[in-house]
Amino acid sequence: MNKHSSSTSTPFWRDKRVIPILLQVIFAVIVVVAGVFFFSNALAGMRQIGMVFGFDFLGKMAAFDIGDKVIDFSSKDTYGKAFIVGILNTIKVAFIGIILATILGFIVGVSRLSTNWLVRTVAAAYVEIFRNTPLLVQIFIWFYAVFLSFPVIEKSLDVFGLFYFSNRGAVIPWLGLTPSSFIWLIAFLIGIILSFVVWKIRIKRQVETGQRKYPFFWASSSIVSLLIIAWFVTLESPLLLSIPEIAGRGYLGGYTIGPGFGALLVALVMYTASFIAEIVRGGILAVPKGQVEAAKALGLKSPTILRLVVLPQAIRIIIPPLTSQYLNLIKNSSLAAAVAYQELVGVGITILSQTGRSIEVISIVILVYLSMSLFTSLLMNIFNKYSQLVER
Amino acid sequence: MDKDELKIKELVRTEIAPPNSSIGVLGWLKENLFSNWVNVVLTIVFASITYLVLKNSIEWIFFNANWHVISANFRLLVVGQYPVTELWRVWIILTLISILMGLSWGIWKGTIGHLSTIVTGLYIILASLPFVMIETRIWLLINIIAIVATCLVGRKGLKLKKFILVGWFMMFPVIIFLLSGFGIFNHVGTNLWGGFLLTLLIAIVAIVFSFPLGVLLALGRRSKLPIIRWFSIAYIELIRGVPLITILFVAQLMLPLFLGEGINIDNVVRAMVGFTLFTAAYLAENIRGGLQSIPRGQFEAAEALGLNATFKMTFIILPQALRAVIPAIVGLFIGIFKDTSLVAIVGLTDILGIGKNIISNPEFLGTQMEVFIFIAVIFLIFCNMMSYASRRIEGALGVGKR
Repeated sequence: MNKHSSSTSTPFWRDKRVIPILLQVIFAVIVVVAGVFFFSNALAGMRQIGMVFGFDFLGKMAAFDIGDKVIDFSSKDTYGKAFIVGILNTIKVAFIGIILATILGFIVGVSRLSTNWLVRTVAAAYVEIFRNTPLLVQIFIWFYAVFLSFPVIEKSLDVFGLFYFSNRGAVIPWLGLTPSSFIWLIAFLIGIILSFVVWKIRIKRQVETGQRKYPFFWASSSIVSLLIIAWFVTLESPLLLSIPEIAGRGYLGGYTIGPGFGALLVALVMYTASFIAEIVRGGILAVPKGQVEAAKALGLKSPTILRLVVLPQAIRIIIPPLTSQYLNLIKNSSLAAAVAYQELVGVGITILSQTGRSIEVISIVILVYLSMSLFTSLLMNIFNKYSQLVER
Repeated sequence: MDKDELKIKELVRTEIAPPNSSIGVLGWLKENLFSNWVNVVLTIVFASITYLVLKNSIEWIFFNANWHVISANFRLLVVGQYPVTELWRVWIILTLISILMGLSWGIWKGTIGHLSTIVTGLYIILASLPFVMIETRIWLLINIIAIVATCLVGRKGLKLKKFILVGWFMMFPVIIFLLSGFGIFNHVGTNLWGGFLLTLLIAIVAIVFSFPLGVLLALGRRSKLPIIRWFSIAYIELIRGVPLITILFVAQLMLPLFLGEGINIDNVVRAMVGFTLFTAAYLAENIRGGLQSIPRGQFEAAEALGLNATFKMTFIILPQALRAVIPAIVGLFIGIFKDTSLVAIVGLTDILGIGKNIISNPEFLGTQMEVFIFIAVIFLIFCNMMSYASRRIEGALGVGKR
């Protein structure tokens, strides 16, 4: 074939080499023009009300306080610090929420496959109810109808003298630090490492000799012995249990879970757990039946089968969807804005209404969430790699 | 011979009776609740918890709850501030849907039949509620008659399938036209659309408009052209990485800013835009999954037939890809339907927003539980209907079995 004549005879808009480039150029031009149009509009709008795009406002004094804070914050601090407090609050809710939701989700998921009809049915009802109602409605129910409907503080509901519930929130016993807490922590960490090493050695011996070497017993006793040593060194308990009591119009000691935080956390955990339960159930069902039958044939008991045969295989199927549930939980914690709990979005909205810096505030919020999502999925991907099947 | 055999059989039957522990009520109880001591403990613990929860719930529902707040605000919760004089339009829409449902029920039976039965049941329950006005009852009666009558018409085996499908697709513009009026009827601004009507509308708009966008983004993400691919990836990952509420805030606060002064769109439309942009990103990922599941041979075969890229996609690849991910898409739609409640945070009066307004009214002090439980139950019913439909479709398509 004559290459030259064919390439000259094809008009350029039908040339297979030109079309893709042309298309992309057109697409890029449209995107850029649209972007420029939007941003010039936004900038013009801002100029009209006498505002310039910039992040200098972060250094200004925030004229509001944050009720629940991990680090010190007062209304004299800057907007920038307010953001950091908000981020820490988001991390706090997300971290506690993920742990609790995972535990509850696994329990409910396994319960759905129980041989006990009642357990199975209750678990199924739980999943159906919590999965099929909006999270925001659940948050409102916990917030308005439960936490805010508790009696006033003087008439707090008192459970065993340990827990108090009032419309200021729930108070639970909490652990306080003592001067020797640090020594205890070090002893505990060394104990963990030591017990791990001991456990490995014992397991290895057991495999080599074929005799029972009680790896679990030796590992746990090495931790315990280190903690006993720590006790003799410090002659003090590691943490001080602080039991709450009512003192006038407030609580003394313990840890107060505010209504906003409490409602958000309970709702997030209950809601996410119902999704995790279904993922766990699916993962367990996906483990081939033969595996369970083989384990039974070897004479293993059913809790042992679940722990050593089924779950390790199911976890491979469970982790990817579990990751997206964790990400959802982190993103859903932004609904705190509806119950006046000051996490990232809540703080952002307050700052936005005070300064009017919508573009800046929202872009900070978006950036933080994007980096948190990336970080979580990175962690879970590493974990995922560990749990993957290794084949040849 | 025969007699002997019978005799032997009878002998066997009488002497070696089947173990009766696995049948009958007692057998069932033993097998399912008390098979070993762990199960006995579990049963006792769960039975007492269930008993407490059920007892307290029933006591609350029938004796302690103040349902007056729902009956007094029923219209508000369902249609919001939609003018009373124009309510007939909403009823017409509902009747049209009933007619379509009835016809589909008659023709296809199956899943749509079950759903229609549930809807009819809901109409009947609604009509028998004590506080409902006479006018509402008449309309509900019309709807019940419409759904049953058209079902009988459909069962006659009329060749209406195409018309019904077209009807369902035309429903959306008809709804918008009727609700808004567009100069033919009195104009009713979107700011007056509220309650459950608004919840449904936002969900429907998000679903309808995000679909083409989602398909384009999914194709874009798999495109060989780097600029288009990177744009799609950036869009999808950006939207999926941030909470819906930030997107709603962007739509509420920044959309007017971005669009400049000439264009003014109201709150409801802004929320709809936000939802559409949000849904499209998630939908794109679902559709991408479907596209990835199509075997290479299908592409090659389409190419061998000489189809160009557009025809290949629209007639060969996309129909198969979409069919494969219908359950996932229905799941997404359930999520979107629930998420519409978030517009209450940006100040819209969807059913949850109305609920929030009601509990702040001093006249209905202390009725938070009633209001929110009512809203939760409405969502529960609709989400369950949708997930039921999705499971049926999944079964009918044999997804995961082939």
